[in-house]
Amino acid sequence: MNQFQYTRVTTPKAAVSALSQENGTYFLAGGTNLIDLIKREVVVPERLVDINKLPLATIEKTSTGLRIGAMAKNSAVADHDLAKKHAPLLSMALNAGASAQLRNMATVGGNMMQRTRCPYFYDPSMPCNKRSPVQAGPDKGQPNGPSGCGAIGGINRMHAIFGTSNKCIAVHPSDMCIALVALDATVNVSGPKGDRKIPFGDFHRLPGDAPQKDNTLLPGELIMSVDIPTNKFADNSHYLKVRDRASYAFALISVGVAVDMKRDTIQDIRLAMGGVAHKPWRLTEAEHFLRGKPATEANFKQAATIAMNGAKGYGENDFKLTLAPNSLIDALKTATKTA
Amino acid sequence: MAEYEHLEDEFGNADSSRRNFLKQSSALAALALTPVAASAAIDNGLDEKMAAAFEQMPLQVDINGTMRKLSIEPRVTLLDLLREQLHLTGTKKGCDHGQCGACTVHVDGQRVNACLTLAMTTEGCKVTTIEGLGTLDQMHPMQEAFIKHDGFQCGYCTPGQIMSAVACIREGHANNPDEVREYMSGNICRCGAYANIVDAIMDVKQGGVRV
Repeated sequence: MNQFQYTRVTTPKAAVSALSQENGTYFLAGGTNLIDLIKREVVVPERLVDINKLPLATIEKTSTGLRIGAMAKNSAVADHDLAKKHAPLLSMALNAGASAQLRNMATVGGNMMQRTRCPYFYDPSMPCNKRSPVQAGPDKGQPNGPSGCGAIGGINRMHAIFGTSNKCIAVHPSDMCIALVALDATVNVSGPKGDRKIPFGDFHRLPGDAPQKDNTLLPGELIMSVDIPTNKFADNSHYLKVRDRASYAFALISVGVAVDMKRDTIQDIRLAMGGVAHKPWRLTEAEHFLRGKPATEANFKQAATIAMNGAKGYGENDFKLTLAPNSLIDALKTATKTA
Repeated sequence: MAEYEHLEDEFGNADSSRRNFLKQSSALAALALTPVAASAAIDNGLDEKMAAAFEQMPLQVDINGTMRKLSIEPRVTLLDLLREQLHLTGTKKGCDHGQCGACTVHVDGQRVNACLTLAMTTEGCKVTTIEGLGTLDQMHPMQEAFIKHDGFQCGYCTPGQIMSAVACIREGHANNPDEVREYMSGNICRCGAYANIVDAIMDVKQGGVRV
């Protein structure tokens, strides 16, 4: 690791102030991704601002749903009675991610901020527009290496099939975020210009011409908490993760399903997919199709066809064009108990 | 040579680049360096270790029941602190990237990967390593079970496996073999002793002894 300055803060205000002061400064939460990136010199920080002592780890019931502090550990959220009761999809998704050790370290805010695991991004000798944008700013913390996208026409088995650009086809690696986008969560952030709320679906972004930007946070903003609105999905939720080994691997495809069932009919539904896009991929058109319809395999198949509109393979990941709809149908059957 | 040895005592490990640096500048001038100036010295290709001496920060952490007052570089991981500075070499460095679990230790009772934990973040915490779990004379029940069930071959992953296994039971995630396999997936064993490791954990769990 390169040498860097280290500052420990105990209040959100001090954290925001510390981050705004100089370029090349990063918040350090659980560190499970950031320390790894620093070791590989993908991130070369000037200063780390340690936010682990911030009092932001509370998980509580509010009048409108659940509020989860940004510094709550992934394991603490997954095993929390409130999450298991009111947002079982979130518990399932969290427990499908990483290992028990990493979940003990990783925070909710850090999970949202994790970078792609695209091998080209992770290797500074390889071309990558996300790591080394063409229009690199004066930011001294800007990592090095050639620009371009090695994954297009290269090794892209793990890569995106939705929302890609000619600059980047990386995927967001989080499981937790699939559940949060499905559950219509809201992100509460605090920054130099005050507090604001970001709908979870608007937090992450598609690569477009600026794949270096994973999300819509403004400079100096700190994630404070995530709100999950009250819902009727607790009895019919399922997170399906398809991967190369049974545990401790990133998703090839993952599907989050949350259904409000009235007898055999789908009253309301939320669908999201992981391992397919630069952001947690919500399937709103398939949701719209299924709303009010009986939970049958025929309807699930049609919803899957709708969900796959616009999907595009890049060679090695062509199998996802089949695996994704099949996984969606499978997860729908499990969630609606019609398997 | 004698004067270099004297300086080695004062500044820690010496190497040829530091000696070159010392040849170029007096020790007195070096002592006047601020951290920023020390960083600049690195940028200028001067001695990194000399600069590092000025980048130390204080850290107080309880390691296996003993409060340690330390002085470390902020970039030092808990794993490197344990092994290189405190010589607690029971905790192993496998991948150094959070993928193998060989470095598993407990921080405030929670199992974590020491390789991805900056030591500075453990200020005021209680760290337990394999050395703090049991002794040769009085082994921890999980250590005894690993021997009884032959839960290892080369043994390199074993300290991490045992620290993880103890936490797995304490967390309440060892109710059946399937659950143990899922919650032990962060500890890789290249020898493939998995079946015996699961047996050892289930044995301790079913034996009902407090771990």
